[in-house]
Amino acid sequence: MKQWFKSGSPWIWLNAGAVSLCMIMVVGLIGLIAIRGFGHFWPADVAQITMVGADGQRRELIGELVRSQTVPAAVARDSGEVVPESEELVVRHLIKVGNRDQTGQDFVWHLDLYMEPWQYPDNIFVVERREWGNFYGTPVALLQDGNVVSTPSDDAFWSSLQAAIDRSLQIYDRIHELERGEIGRINTALERLRLDERTLELNPLSPEMEALERARIATGRSQLEAEYALLRQELDALYDSTERDTLRMQTSQGNEVNISFAHIMRVTAPNTMSVFQKSVQYVERLWEFMTDEPREANTEGGIFPAIFGTVTMVMVMSIIVTPFGILAAIYLREYAKQGTMTRIIRISVYNLAGVPSIVYGVFGLGFFVYFLGGNIDQLFYEASLPAPTFGTPGLFWASLTLALLTLPIVIVSTEEGLSRIPSTIRQGSLALGATKSETLWKVIVPLATPAMMTGLILAIARAAGEVAPLMLVGVVKLAPTLPIDGTFPFIHLERKIMHLGFHIYDVGFQSPNVEAARPLVYATALILVMLIVILNLTAISIRNHLRERYRSAGD
Amino acid sequence: MTAENPGTADSSINRTERPTVSAASARSVTERESYAIEEETPKITVDNLNLYYGNDQALHNINLTIPEKRVTAFIGPSGCGKSTLLRCFNRMNDLVDICRIEGEIRMDDKNIYDRDVDVADLRRSVGMVFQKPNPFPKSIYENVAYGLRLQGVKSRRVLDEVVEKSLRAAALWDEVKDRLQDNAFGMSGGQQQRLVIARAIAIEPEVILLDEPASALDPISTLKIEELINELKHQYTIIIVTHNMQQAARVSDYTAFMYMGKLIEFGDTDTLFTNPSKKQTEDYITGRYG
Repeated sequence: MKQWFKSGSPWIWLNAGAVSLCMIMVVGLIGLIAIRGFGHFWPADVAQITMVGADGQRRELIGELVRSQTVPAAVARDSGEVVPESEELVVRHLIKVGNRDQTGQDFVWHLDLYMEPWQYPDNIFVVERREWGNFYGTPVALLQDGNVVSTPSDDAFWSSLQAAIDRSLQIYDRIHELERGEIGRINTALERLRLDERTLELNPLSPEMEALERARIATGRSQLEAEYALLRQELDALYDSTERDTLRMQTSQGNEVNISFAHIMRVTAPNTMSVFQKSVQYVERLWEFMTDEPREANTEGGIFPAIFGTVTMVMVMSIIVTPFGILAAIYLREYAKQGTMTRIIRISVYNLAGVPSIVYGVFGLGFFVYFLGGNIDQLFYEASLPAPTFGTPGLFWASLTLALLTLPIVIVSTEEGLSRIPSTIRQGSLALGATKSETLWKVIVPLATPAMMTGLILAIARAAGEVAPLMLVGVVKLAPTLPIDGTFPFIHLERKIMHLGFHIYDVGFQSPNVEAARPLVYATALILVMLIVILNLTAISIRNHLRERYRSAGD
Repeated sequence: MTAENPGTADSSINRTERPTVSAASARSVTERESYAIEEETPKITVDNLNLYYGNDQALHNINLTIPEKRVTAFIGPSGCGKSTLLRCFNRMNDLVDICRIEGEIRMDDKNIYDRDVDVADLRRSVGMVFQKPNPFPKSIYENVAYGLRLQGVKSRRVLDEVVEKSLRAAALWDEVKDRLQDNAFGMSGGQQQRLVIARAIAIEPEVILLDEPASALDPISTLKIEELINELKHQYTIIIVTHNMQQAARVSDYTAFMYMGKLIEFGDTDTLFTNPSKKQTEDYITGRYG
């Protein structure tokens, strides 16, 4: 035994154990998130369940099984179920029954005890809607202008159904394009004219000039209004035409419901689908999740604005933090006299990395948003006051706050990179008659770029995952517009953004529909992790490329 | 003594130009029979030089004349101040904050420590090669062109010309002419050291300082560097610091022996190695200490 201790194997085992524990935790975490999150998009079979209550009453139920659990009978009784005295443990199933507009709740617990064997009939349809979530039921008829054109007994029922969906989706796209694109452009132009008018009131010009300017505004406005009237007509026509088709469905309770195609995104009959068809649909739904906007208080639809917001914010932050951090580090390491003062500054910088991030958030709100932003508004956006432009949380302030938060990381790693460069290289350049700054920019900085990239990688990883300060300085639950779009000046630094981290918090803990939100929290978390991994891998590959170039310089 | 005991590089390689049985016999085939300091043109004159690191005096009252277009070697045990003295000639000691210098170093009758001397200009005319090869993280071409680019030379033609000339002068051209755009780190240590010499002579200095240029190299590379020094002395004044006494005997025309920050003896290499006038010198070159 003593021999064994002497040989050092206990240490090896201890170290290996620590490494495996870390690996198990990381892999387990990612695995859990992946399974829970990505399972959600798989089109599950829809069961038809007949329930026979304790009183002998029969009820039909259509829905997807979400999960099952075994609970003590007392717990079930507490939640209002009638459980026979003889039972000690009961199995209950959480079933997504959809039809929120009909029954008010789309997830319900039912005891296995009262269920007859489940059936999976082929004629159950799942209708994915833009509002009120999924509808589960059996199809009755396809209507056009209120007249039945097709019933499930027709051979062409499925194809005419799909045709109607395609048509309505096309119209929907056109409406979306008009509202977001054309009408958005007109609104922006009108707003600009309003600001011009307001500027005119604030800074009076000479009477002739003012008359000219007013005339210009008036003509511009009437032109835009004429354009708008045309678009409005087209839009109204489109809205009317979406109402043409309706799908009549029957719920499990036997009620008939008409669903307008204007609200239908997709109709599927999962019980008839093959694994391949399901896989195709799985990919489609995953794609929608990543590219769509959220709906229904973020519990449905996609998370594209959040992905976009996160990436944009991290990019803007990198653009801000890199030059500042590198310049500060170069000064501290290369130019500043290495004395007590420098040491104090360095220790302060290192300690900044340990300040709780919410403190940065509060600082950002107080200093950046209210003070800087307020003054910017006074100086440059007087016309739109009292509505703030930069005097309110937004993308730029969020990025700036995060840049402040990650500045120490960049400074520390850049400084370490600079100090690792052998002094002989420096002397070699100086000996050739280079000045200090020539040596610095032509030799030292290129050699230190891998270290700077390392700092940036760490900064990105930290910033992309940060939530607390962002809630104060620019991230919101739902941002109607993206920070980058086709209207001048293309990058709108003052806009509020959505963020994956905050989205997780919002969907997970602020959502009215917990069960609907739960898988989305996992999926969003996984996307966030993947996004950080992608950002990091990009930066790491750039760094390795640079490192390859300056391979043996540090040897 | 060392002369009867040539270095491994010499014994293993057959050199046609001069047999290196001893330092003295090596001289016999070069163009001059003997060197006499009185007949030389002085290039650098050191006058009462004292150098302090903080409160420690590293150089004590050095007086020395470096002849033009000759190879002068500084020998002495570790820590004797020979590298420190070498670094005075291009003011590399300025980089050390606590370093303080008294006395004068005159190059062509101009004190290089005068207030109106531009250090960058001085370093352009006094090139330096360090113990460890220190190429820049750039291509071979850019390494050699670095000094010229600093001086604002942009013409591709001029640069090409100088790069080729310098690499030829450093006996490196044939080895690298096909891969001038490759990174300099891909070269061997000996090639890197010759590249660094090429880089130094590309800006056409008057003096080249070599700080133990071969101590990190293998015997074959060492040999090449030594041959190179022999070539270069026709054009440049060369000062070399070395630990290796055989090397000093082989390459230098004049030798200065330093001990504990003092210049003990200075004279032509043959005399110093065969007939030292000071006891300390004799003890050192016969290997009794150091």
